[in-house]
Amino acid sequence: MVKANDYASVMGRKAEIMLRSVGIDYSKFESGSIAFDYEKMMKETGYTLEEMQEIQYGVNVGNTPLLELKNLTALARSCAPEGKGARIFIKDEASNPSGSFKARRAANAVYHAKKLGYKGVIAATSGNYGAAVASQAAIAGLKCIIVQECYDSQGKGQPEIVEKARKCEALGAEVVQLSVGPELFYKFLLLLEETGYFNASLYTPFGIAGVETLGYEVSMQFREKYGKDPDVVICTHAGGGNLTGTARGLKKAGAASTVIGASVDLAGLHMASDKAFNLKSFTTGHTGFGVPFSNWPDRSDVPRSAARPLRYMERYVTITQGDVFYMTECLATLEGLEKGPAGNTSLAAAFALSQEYDRDKLIVVQETEYTGAGKHVQPQLSFAKSNGIEVFFGDPKDEMPGKNIVLPEHPSLIKATDVDLDHMRRSLIKTALKTYNTSEPTEQDIKFLAEETMKDETWVRKTVSELK
Amino acid sequence: MIKKGEWVRIHKNILEPGERAPQVPDDTKECPLEMWDKGFLTSDAHMGDEVEIETVAGRIEKGTLIEVNPSYDHDFGKCVPELLKIDKQVREILFGGEK
Repeated sequence: MVKANDYASVMGRKAEIMLRSVGIDYSKFESGSIAFDYEKMMKETGYTLEEMQEIQYGVNVGNTPLLELKNLTALARSCAPEGKGARIFIKDEASNPSGSFKARRAANAVYHAKKLGYKGVIAATSGNYGAAVASQAAIAGLKCIIVQECYDSQGKGQPEIVEKARKCEALGAEVVQLSVGPELFYKFLLLLEETGYFNASLYTPFGIAGVETLGYEVSMQFREKYGKDPDVVICTHAGGGNLTGTARGLKKAGAASTVIGASVDLAGLHMASDKAFNLKSFTTGHTGFGVPFSNWPDRSDVPRSAARPLRYMERYVTITQGDVFYMTECLATLEGLEKGPAGNTSLAAAFALSQEYDRDKLIVVQETEYTGAGKHVQPQLSFAKSNGIEVFFGDPKDEMPGKNIVLPEHPSLIKATDVDLDHMRRSLIKTALKTYNTSEPTEQDIKFLAEETMKDETWVRKTVSELK
Repeated sequence: MIKKGEWVRIHKNILEPGERAPQVPDDTKECPLEMWDKGFLTSDAHMGDEVEIETVAGRIEKGTLIEVNPSYDHDFGKCVPELLKIDKQVREILFGGEK
């Protein structure tokens, strides 16, 4: 029998396609209500830290250098109050085979796919993860298909995404490129069904566990070189996997570092809008992913996401597009390091946050990403200008995403803006109650929601009653 | 005539405007969901023909033939003079004090 391939029919087969393509029966972790057993899911379907290290080091992933950015620290101190200006470090994840930390997630996913006997892997991603999966699939000898959202209805491609398509193809993957829209997921499901390949989702336990090695390495490198853990770890935050995995790795190392998430502020731009698609200069690491994926992690391409950022994020800040571009240029001109802009989101935040901490504190930006044609500060700014975005020097607080990019007139104008985490936590609880159609969560649900929001049960109960 | 076995790029609409997901914003709903893919032609064809390709993953995909030996045209864009101003400014702040 030929299966119907219209949107509604394919989405209706989602659960069945997912089960076959991920090989995880998520139902066994469910409580039947809001709660599910997150740690059991991570334990039973993930890998231990030692296993992950073995897998990753076996394919030349990980053990990336830790670099101290002395000139950027000096620049931050020149803007900071007396005695302030923590030392800024960067973990050079661009040294991974595919040019970003995503190699860690992909290494585990591809290893797992091969172990289960899948002939190929598919990932739905317009970001660095595509190149990471393609790279790991190349090493493993598996077929690879990457599905990306790339063009607007005028056929104009985002330069950064076009570059990622090139890289995926260079690494032997088939790249299925689509125009703007969330139905990317529809095509993704069709491809999984057609090929029977493994769903190398960013959000499976093995994908997230793959990032734990990053947090663990950060801690070990700091202890070895500086005799202590970093005081602050800043993660560029989008879907939540980077922050979740890093924070879990730090915990496994016994590090008590403060974990801060940072996203580019793209408030006001609708992520599924054809017209807005090429008005943004960042394709990831922005609030368009960072906020919704924190408020409700289970919106991903698996039933239960292993990336649950509000469990680990102690502070969440936004930074402007102009700030990140400025800091990307500083990294090149002051530190001799040319890296892709999106990965420098947390660097721009670190530059601002360093000025809040004493000079003996250590603050680490836990990633860099590769750079090249399209994926670089110059083509991104040039592309923005060609789309009618005004680029000028001024105060970044006047930046309006989709209208202008304000490069700071002076580095002292780079500021991190705090996002109200309690507001996001309330939003998570509200969505949980709505999704499971209840106003009376069970005892187990309350405990779960307390863990999900890093709050105590009293706060959760109070919030639930306020939401009634 | 483009020969069987040539490396080509195809295009097709996989959802027409009326078939798009309900949650899609209005401006996007007015457009079809388009797809581009690359592969080897499975039979001789002309530009603009409906063709079949075999992708590097070994899949068969159909669509309109739009390019032979497709190339990349993304680059480093036009000169952005603002970047030179940033370079000059931060180097002066850090190293320019002893002139």
